[in-house]
Amino acid sequence: MNVRWRIAALVAYLVVLMLPIYWMLNMSLRDNYDIMSQLALAPLHPTLHNYAVILTDPAWYLGYVNSFAYVSMNTVITLVVALPAAYAFSRFRFVGDKHLFFWLLTNRMAPAAVFLLPVFELYSTLGLIDHYIAVALAHTLFNVPLAVWILEGFMSGVPREIDETAFIDGYSLPRFFLTVFIPLIRAGVGVTAFFCFMFSWVELLFARTLTITEAKPIAAVMTRTVSASGLDWGLLAAAGILTIVPGALVIYFVRNYIAKGFALGRV
Amino acid sequence: MLKPFDNRAWLLVLPVFALVAFNAIIPLMTVVNYSVQDVFDATHRTFVGADWYRAMLRNSRLHSALGRQFLFSALVLLIELPLGVGIALVMPRKGGWATSLTMVLVALPLLIPWNVIGTIWVVFLRPDIGLLGHFIDHTLGIHFDYPTVPMQAWISVVLMEAWHWTPLVALLAYAGLRAIPPAYYQAARIDGASGWAVFRYIELPKMRGVLTIAVLLRFMDSFLIYTEPFVLTGGGPGDSTTFLSIYLVKLAIGEFDVGSAGAFSVIYFLIVLALSYVFYQALQRVGTGEAK
Repeated sequence: MNVRWRIAALVAYLVVLMLPIYWMLNMSLRDNYDIMSQLALAPLHPTLHNYAVILTDPAWYLGYVNSFAYVSMNTVITLVVALPAAYAFSRFRFVGDKHLFFWLLTNRMAPAAVFLLPVFELYSTLGLIDHYIAVALAHTLFNVPLAVWILEGFMSGVPREIDETAFIDGYSLPRFFLTVFIPLIRAGVGVTAFFCFMFSWVELLFARTLTITEAKPIAAVMTRTVSASGLDWGLLAAAGILTIVPGALVIYFVRNYIAKGFALGRV
Repeated sequence: MLKPFDNRAWLLVLPVFALVAFNAIIPLMTVVNYSVQDVFDATHRTFVGADWYRAMLRNSRLHSALGRQFLFSALVLLIELPLGVGIALVMPRKGGWATSLTMVLVALPLLIPWNVIGTIWVVFLRPDIGLLGHFIDHTLGIHFDYPTVPMQAWISVVLMEAWHWTPLVALLAYAGLRAIPPAYYQAARIDGASGWAVFRYIELPKMRGVLTIAVLLRFMDSFLIYTEPFVLTGGGPGDSTTFLSIYLVKLAIGEFDVGSAGAFSVIYFLIVLALSYVFYQALQRVGTGEAK
């Protein structure tokens, strides 16, 4: 009885959780006239037309290409700088270490709205507006602190005796780090990469402000379509569904680390 | 065993320091610059001292945005925390496909771009084409038009926020529950403890660490919320769902009132800084196991 009640509660929650997403999926499979003319619980005349439009029109699909470009750049930059820093925090004490660690955290918590205008001016001065690198660098503001915190959590789980043994065996620090240590924490590196990718993917405020046309992310392309006079709900829904796909594809692999990643490596 | 003291570790931290300083300190100083000057154009600016701060601290729109912000964050915590813990309690504890499927479905809203979250709820809540909006408006017969009725706009934004982020609380609480050794439950069964007693005296204390993190994360992130309510309501009707970030962007980009926006930014940042410090202390204690 008790178990049955628990399953019922869980299933009810999952249905409620999936309903809004289902509704958008439903709309993405219908054309705009069909959507406006009647409310249907399932597409009566399912069509892939909306997806075809997005995948054949460069103004649409380049949005996805742009998003992937700056998100990937951000992930690589973040990992390259965060790995050594996390190792330093995990293995050594040094002057100002605690203050630095706290300062990093404040940047994860900093409101994007506060930085919006000055970041725009900074990147304008450098002539980087509308380049992928501008968004990729701006997103390091919150992704680098996140990566350092998560990686530090994983690295501190590796006993320090391993480092000491390796150094006695004559390994140099860079060689030990690249050939022994990183393979040891590869799960942590994967999880960190996932979270960098994800937070850069879901962010819109910086991405929209720092781009005009050439590097415009898909999320901003969608916003523009909403404000246009002829509103095509089917197309909008299809574009939305396509932004969920990358997350949905990789979520299975990180399911056991999701909580740890969101909690800055502290669970 | 204490970590060795070695200042050469700074060399490893330097790239991170340089990158984050570039992104954080330069813009922050720009904001501070704006907040103490009156800018007419690129060449004409005068130093005005703390005038903008005085004006902002007396600004009634800022006061109401701050009030709304605290109310919103409090509501978010009140709804998401009990709900998230409840969901974690009914999630399957053993491995297997059902557990994996549950984890994947629960985590899905967390991976959706924030403006798409707003879009999902626009098409879900509209009275003409949205499932829920249509249901409330036509089937229940309650007039529902969230873009024009402030109370309904509020309910909509809170509902969206709860839908979006309760999964995070659930996953954190679930991670805490999974870490409880089976021996605790066996001991409780031998003692004949009730389900409530197990929750109150075993599960809840063992979840204290993760729940501390959940409270702080949810408070911080809801305090900074911008994109989702902006897409859903645009801060309206009127100013009724204008939270701090939305008001700041209106001020800085919409009205280009950079002096006020600068002063507002510094005040906002200081509040966040104070909250971050509380967060940091709590994380340190969770890290060393004191809070567990």
